[in-house]
Amino acid sequence: MTPLLSVQGITKRYGTHIGCADVSFDLYPGEVMGIVGESGSGKSTLLNCMAGHLTPDAGQVVFDTRTDGPHDTITMSEPERRMLGRTDWAFVHQHARDGLRIGVSAGGNVGERLMAVGERNYGDIREKATDWLGRVEIDASRVDDRPTTFSGGMQQRLQIARNLVTGPRLVFMDEPTGGLDVSVQARLLDLLRGLVRDMGLSAIIVTHDLAVVRLLADRLMVMKTGRVVEAGLTDQVLDDPQHAYSQLLVSSVLQV
Amino acid sequence: MTEYNFAYLDEQTKRMIRRAILKGLAIPGYQVPFASREMPMPYGWGTGGVQVSAAVLTPKDTFKVIDQGADDTTNAVSIRTFFQRTAGVATTTTTSDATVIQTRHRIPEEPLHEGQILVYQVPIPEPLRFLEPRESETRKMHSLEEYGLMHVKLYEDISRHGHIATSYAYPVKVEGRYVMDPSPIPKFDNPKLGDMAAIQLFGAGREQRIYALPPYTQVVSLDFEDHPFEASKADHPCGMCGATDSYLDELIIDDAGGRMFVCSDTDYCEVRQAAGHKRKDAA
Ligand SMILES: [Zn+2]
Repeated sequence: MTPLLSVQGITKRYGTHIGCADVSFDLYPGEVMGIVGESGSGKSTLLNCMAGHLTPDAGQVVFDTRTDGPHDTITMSEPERRMLGRTDWAFVHQHARDGLRIGVSAGGNVGERLMAVGERNYGDIREKATDWLGRVEIDASRVDDRPTTFSGGMQQRLQIARNLVTGPRLVFMDEPTGGLDVSVQARLLDLLRGLVRDMGLSAIIVTHDLAVVRLLADRLMVMKTGRVVEAGLTDQVLDDPQHAYSQLLVSSVLQV
Repeated sequence: MTEYNFAYLDEQTKRMIRRAILKGLAIPGYQVPFASREMPMPYGWGTGGVQVSAAVLTPKDTFKVIDQGADDTTNAVSIRTFFQRTAGVATTTTTSDATVIQTRHRIPEEPLHEGQILVYQVPIPEPLRFLEPRESETRKMHSLEEYGLMHVKLYEDISRHGHIATSYAYPVKVEGRYVMDPSPIPKFDNPKLGDMAAIQLFGAGREQRIYALPPYTQVVSLDFEDHPFEASKADHPCGMCGATDSYLDELIIDDAGGRMFVCSDTDYCEVRQAAGHKRKDAA
């Protein structure tokens, strides 16, 4: 099987400081990869390099495109990469406000990607937006309300709906439950797990929260100072960490 | 006695503006940056349009200025007087006699002909500004033809008002390529933008942008399949000349709140009245 995403030797430096170094892995269709580590471990740098928000100094991010098969997204033209960002890729930001248009109604937020790929029937767009609000457990009556009137958890669910409405094949998530109350986190995780399963989504989730990867990720990479120190099946890594740093990470969670 | 260069601006500045205009004509709808100059009038008075007019006027031109359709507002009179003094050009209020027409907020009712130039005063040239304030990002959206956001604006309109409520500065797509703000003309005027025989030039002074539509350019107003664009106007005949095909202003005519709809294009209305057209009845 062709990997959906094949990451090879991704390296990003900030001057003499290493953001991430020589990271490689394959992601297969339907798979969820978790990337864990403390802040400063390079996991966010890696995510942004893969999603095209940062240009790495070395390496390839090969995506199996619908039309042309595997393509290195780092060397592809900017219009192609941005088109990918509106269609087959999605990016869920930690702060919903970074991923939403705060001055636009919930329906407009969800509908934007549809309009960006050329949908021009208002009724259809609104129907799809309303349907997606339902799928992220936002009442249809809120379709014309602005996200500023939503709770933090609702804003995050709206951001997810806005991203998934075009049926992307790969979702990048940056601390999707960060900054939310514990009970709100649990509900969001449940929802995400359902969506990943129902849609057969492939995803890369960066988080410092091991509960998130335990619930969502098939495989796990542990990062420290820009490098992957351990990788494997999620349960394996969490239950029987081999690297000293992974052991520390897992045990510190147990103390919480 | 002050000596002015012809049309106030020095020759070098006019050449710079003409280069921007030519570039604009070569890439219809594309916003060309230019180094806007100080003009002896405040920005709100159409300094962008004035600079474009200064760059295209020749001694043989006949110049007309309309402000919301009228030739006699303070703004229109002062710009007309300005070029009378600094360029010595003939002026007129008759649309068909003018070779250069500077306008704020209207397109004349009478179809323009080849050889005429219509110069628009533009306050905000960027149609995407409403939803994307970052200039770097809007520039990228134009270059990559990422115009989904423009429809988000129309979507919001419909979701809030039940129909596309945008009635001025209604966005258009030019030759299937650039999305353009036609300046705050009423959307009633939008169909006149396309396939026009005259050259259309747009000048934004404060924002330092010039854009253009060469003659007979395709201009399409954005819309949805199920909410098509409509060039609407008040559903009345003109109270002075009886015209049913012109854009109307609503006037309060007495202390009792009596109202009358009259042509916003004063020249059009006067020409019709002179030709014997009258309002149909006194109702
Ligand atoms: Zn009239």
